[in-house]
Amino acid sequence: MRPVDSSTVNALTTGRLPRWAPWVLLGGSWIVLCVVFGFVAAASDSEFNIAAALFLGTILFDVLIFVVAYLVEGARQARDRLITSLVATAFIIALLPLVSLISTVLVNGLPRFDIQFFSESMRNVVGEGGGALHAIMGTLLITLAATLISVPIGLLTAIYLVEYGRGSLARAITFLVDVMTGIPSIVAGLFAYAFFSLILSDPGVRFGLGGSVALSLLMIPVVVRSSEEMLKLVPNELREASYALGVPKWLTILKIVIPTSIAGITTGVTLAISRVIGETAPLLLIAGFTASMNYNLFEEKMMSLPVFVYTQYANPGTDVQSYLDRAWAGALALIVIVMVLNLVARLIAKIFSPKLGR
Amino acid sequence: MTTAPAPRAKLRLGDRIFSGSTVTAGVIILVALAAVAIFLIAQSIPALTADPAELKGSPASFWAYVAPLAFGTMWAAALALLMALPISIGIALFISHYAPRRVAQTLGYIIDLLAAVPSVVFGLWGIKVLAPAVTPLYGWLVDNLGWFPLFSPPVSGTGRTVLTVAIVLAVMIIPIITAVTREVFLQTPRLHEEAALALGATRWEMIQMAVLPFGRPGMISAAMLGLGRALGETMVVAMVLSPALVITFVLTSSSNSPTIAGNIALNFPEAHGVDVNVLIATGLILFAITFAINSVARIVINRRKAFSGAN
Repeated sequence: MRPVDSSTVNALTTGRLPRWAPWVLLGGSWIVLCVVFGFVAAASDSEFNIAAALFLGTILFDVLIFVVAYLVEGARQARDRLITSLVATAFIIALLPLVSLISTVLVNGLPRFDIQFFSESMRNVVGEGGGALHAIMGTLLITLAATLISVPIGLLTAIYLVEYGRGSLARAITFLVDVMTGIPSIVAGLFAYAFFSLILSDPGVRFGLGGSVALSLLMIPVVVRSSEEMLKLVPNELREASYALGVPKWLTILKIVIPTSIAGITTGVTLAISRVIGETAPLLLIAGFTASMNYNLFEEKMMSLPVFVYTQYANPGTDVQSYLDRAWAGALALIVIVMVLNLVARLIAKIFSPKLGR
Repeated sequence: MTTAPAPRAKLRLGDRIFSGSTVTAGVIILVALAAVAIFLIAQSIPALTADPAELKGSPASFWAYVAPLAFGTMWAAALALLMALPISIGIALFISHYAPRRVAQTLGYIIDLLAAVPSVVFGLWGIKVLAPAVTPLYGWLVDNLGWFPLFSPPVSGTGRTVLTVAIVLAVMIIPIITAVTREVFLQTPRLHEEAALALGATRWEMIQMAVLPFGRPGMISAAMLGLGRALGETMVVAMVLSPALVITFVLTSSSNSPTIAGNIALNFPEAHGVDVNVLIATGLILFAITFAINSVARIVINRRKAFSGAN
């Protein structure tokens, strides 16, 4: 640094750390810990653990910034700097598992992420080979049926809450829908089992549509909440203009309100699908698992992709590694599906949303 | 003198059908929720009346079977919440008050990505990546802190302990808690924040004085929502935990109290007869616990909305 003439010093910045100081400290701490871990890894011939290095480096940074700021800036500023660094640390801590998870799934899933995986079922497969076609088919059918059940109910309920609902019934629905979002998925599966085994008086009942019912129980509250938010965004002027032209209320809703908010509703539905498409527990209970194709939602066990991942992991045959490879490939397929759905939802929201502002 | 009745809009057939169907949809939701309770209760009754000797593992009574499960559920969820809450509040503050506004939304989206990962993938990651990674750490903990009851030996050789499960659960509930607390922090009245800063407060002092007191009810209910999610999480527990029907606080041993949800997932596919009813009865208990926790959380949030003046 160039020497500063004390007569021209800016009084507002004296006694403060320069702007680059935290960044240099953070980078420095990371480099130091990486070097230390590198030496340890080289000495003990173990793998270089980058996650631990970055984590401990961040902790070192938290301590360093507090000490440095305490010396230069005083106690109050030092506490402020400490909290700032801790808050950033919290974010980095949350990133570590995400990065680790995605990289492991990619590395372990790609070897079996091939054409065979998407074109064959597990029928008569006991070792290598085989695929998840039956599971992907099952997931598509079950989720499609769940969507067909949830969207009409969810959307109509949202319309009721926004356009008609007054009084205690609306309040009760709003409250219970909120509470429903917290139902554990396994309870939804147990309900579907309890319901269908009583109705069909079959204690071993397993079929695809039961899974759809369980999933709709989880999906409806999400659809209601998101559609409700979107319907509320429609400006009242549009409704009043329609009424002024003599259009009945139901046609106003169908032709004015819903078309205006359809982009947001579609986004909400897509996000709801992406939430339930990865559900494992309810399908494990009520849809069961099988190695064969099944196109019929109403009969026989039906495999789904999350359950496929679970069973490949939980019931490996003699050739454990090939089962595990299939499980990772299934996990990769699941993550790709969920990410694509999320992306599509955001694109819909961005491209098709009405331009209300001028 | 009589006044003419106010003119009423003619009720059209289309209006009636449409509003009727929306009401029906709303009522279906209420009925479905009631049906969940009714059918679970109906299927649980055989378990409560059955002779305990017929149950799997022949426990002394149904409640002796449930006690370790209920304890394990609470213990794992509480540990997860303990780890997730400070981190989530940190992330929420980071996004709402520290990160530059332009990147804040992207950061929020990255955290939401965590919520999008299916639970079975978390389970696979927990057992294949996290558990081997933390096993040496557990060994060190038991060797050096074995006198402390939470780490009493023997150590698990596989890392499939309640602490590993709690770490994965914490990662899974961070996005939920973050999302709710972030919303609350963003609602803090601007004038309070600016008043604090104008009096010379540092950013942390401003947050301490203006943001945190305002957001406290929101943080509490967010924690409860996260707790509810952790209580009901199934696949991670089923895949990672190595269970034993005991009640234990030990974090690093290979015999852990099982959780209700994990126990159902592990035993349901092979269960038959009255064992199915027992599992459903445990599920009913889980439903009741999560329902109560979620209700309280929602009531707190809704009351906040009514009095905050932020909207």
